[in-house]
Amino acid sequence: MNTTLYTDTVIHVTKLSKQFGDIRAVDDISFEVSKGSTTALLGGNGAGKTTTIAMLLGLLLPSSGNISVLGQDMLRHRYRVLERINFTSPYVDLPGRLSVRENLNVYARLYAVPRRSYQIHQLAEELNITEFLARPHRSLSAGQKTRVSLAKALLNQPEVLFLDEPTASLAPDSADRIRHYLQAYQQRTGATLFMASHNMAEVERMCSDVIIMRQGRIIDRDTPARLISRHGLTNLEQVFLEVTRRTF
Amino acid sequence: MHTNNHNPKSLQRISAMLMRYTYLLRNSWPRVLELAYWPTMQMILWGFINQFLITESSWVAQAAGLFISAVLLWDVLFRGQLGVSVVFFEEIYSRNLGHLFISPLRPHELIVTLLLISFIRTVIGVGAAALLAIPLYHYSIFAMGLPLLAFFANLLIMGWAIGLFVISIVLRYGLGAQNLAWAVIFAVAPISGIFYPIEVLPAWLQPVAWSLPSSYVFEGMRQVMIDNRFDFHMFTMAVGLNILYLTIGMLVFLTVFRIARTKGLILNAGD
Repeated sequence: MNTTLYTDTVIHVTKLSKQFGDIRAVDDISFEVSKGSTTALLGGNGAGKTTTIAMLLGLLLPSSGNISVLGQDMLRHRYRVLERINFTSPYVDLPGRLSVRENLNVYARLYAVPRRSYQIHQLAEELNITEFLARPHRSLSAGQKTRVSLAKALLNQPEVLFLDEPTASLAPDSADRIRHYLQAYQQRTGATLFMASHNMAEVERMCSDVIIMRQGRIIDRDTPARLISRHGLTNLEQVFLEVTRRTF
Repeated sequence: MHTNNHNPKSLQRISAMLMRYTYLLRNSWPRVLELAYWPTMQMILWGFINQFLITESSWVAQAAGLFISAVLLWDVLFRGQLGVSVVFFEEIYSRNLGHLFISPLRPHELIVTLLLISFIRTVIGVGAAALLAIPLYHYSIFAMGLPLLAFFANLLIMGWAIGLFVISIVLRYGLGAQNLAWAVIFAVAPISGIFYPIEVLPAWLQPVAWSLPSSYVFEGMRQVMIDNRFDFHMFTMAVGLNILYLTIGMLVFLTVFRIARTKGLILNAGD
């Protein structure tokens, strides 16, 4: 793949498919994600969101198709970009017996983060996790773990940040603070956010682009505002329900 | 920001993972104690057996501490294998593999870390038992000198190879297969000639025994202790087999890692 083709496109997916036995989890999808955008991947359970994100991260090999992230072919040269991207998910944990600080320290080293202590201190302050830096990760509440996972994901100041349910388990005020923080981070760094979420209000507020999946296929894609107006509805949740429940 | 496989960064990632496992030990004194507990219990048990048999068996009486050395070296193999597999299981228990493998950590760097931490755990566990044998039985395995290093290295490497095989199976088939970590090593024990010569085994089983590096090590150990002679043939056979098995172990792990990426096992490991 030509690595210089997509200068303003940070994610370029072409004819991507994933087959697990008889199940076609992702079925011939293609899309591009622009630099600095916030894109949401929506879909019901089993729509293929997690499978798609896992393939974008290189954790899962596609059955066919191509993925380019930051101009690099993820199937051949994923290690050229892994230092420049990151991922957070409430469904992937950090070692519970290590303290929060120890976990962040290990990942800061893995990502070769300069001025590790300062970076950890800064993120801890900004994400309001300073008070439990010394506590074992397993002793944290689900909401606290979500914030720690986000701190881990921001350690290397990623150019592309993949977020799986970024505000899951958070109280409304914490969730709101995290959304503000992510938007400020994006404005400051020009990073691209790619998220899977079931929180439609969150997607409506944060995302410039929405991809809706069903049964492994992309069934609609637009900005939240255009999706809402095109379907003649009042909010994204109604659009999501209409589109994903539609029978073909 | 462009990232290539620079060695300093690779070393930094390995040191990060070493730090991760060191934190784990540092944060839990029962874990450190456990490392030395079983080798020490084994050493004490076999020390008494050794003392008893010295008066009953002319074969055992040929060398002081024959069984103590054997059990300590056996524990090198055992702990070396567990050092790889149990530490890898920690990542699965903590559902951390997804984070690790979207970081710049390469699979071969994880392997190197597991081998290094296995070495550290083995030295702590078996080293403590070996030191305790000195006041308890007036026997020092360190008196064996340089051959001890050769035996230690060969058994540790064989433990690594088995450990890599075990974690490959667990990565592929899930934690349900974790009991293999104990089962595989005990399958090797009866045919390694730990406490008796290989010639004791039935003729049909002896070729199997001689396909294991451990058999050469324990035969070699007895030659050093009884005949005061280091057998280079035994040593080179053990080294050769270890190179073969460790290479196979690494290749199996890297192959299974690719299968795990194909089947989506990394994110789901631990389920």
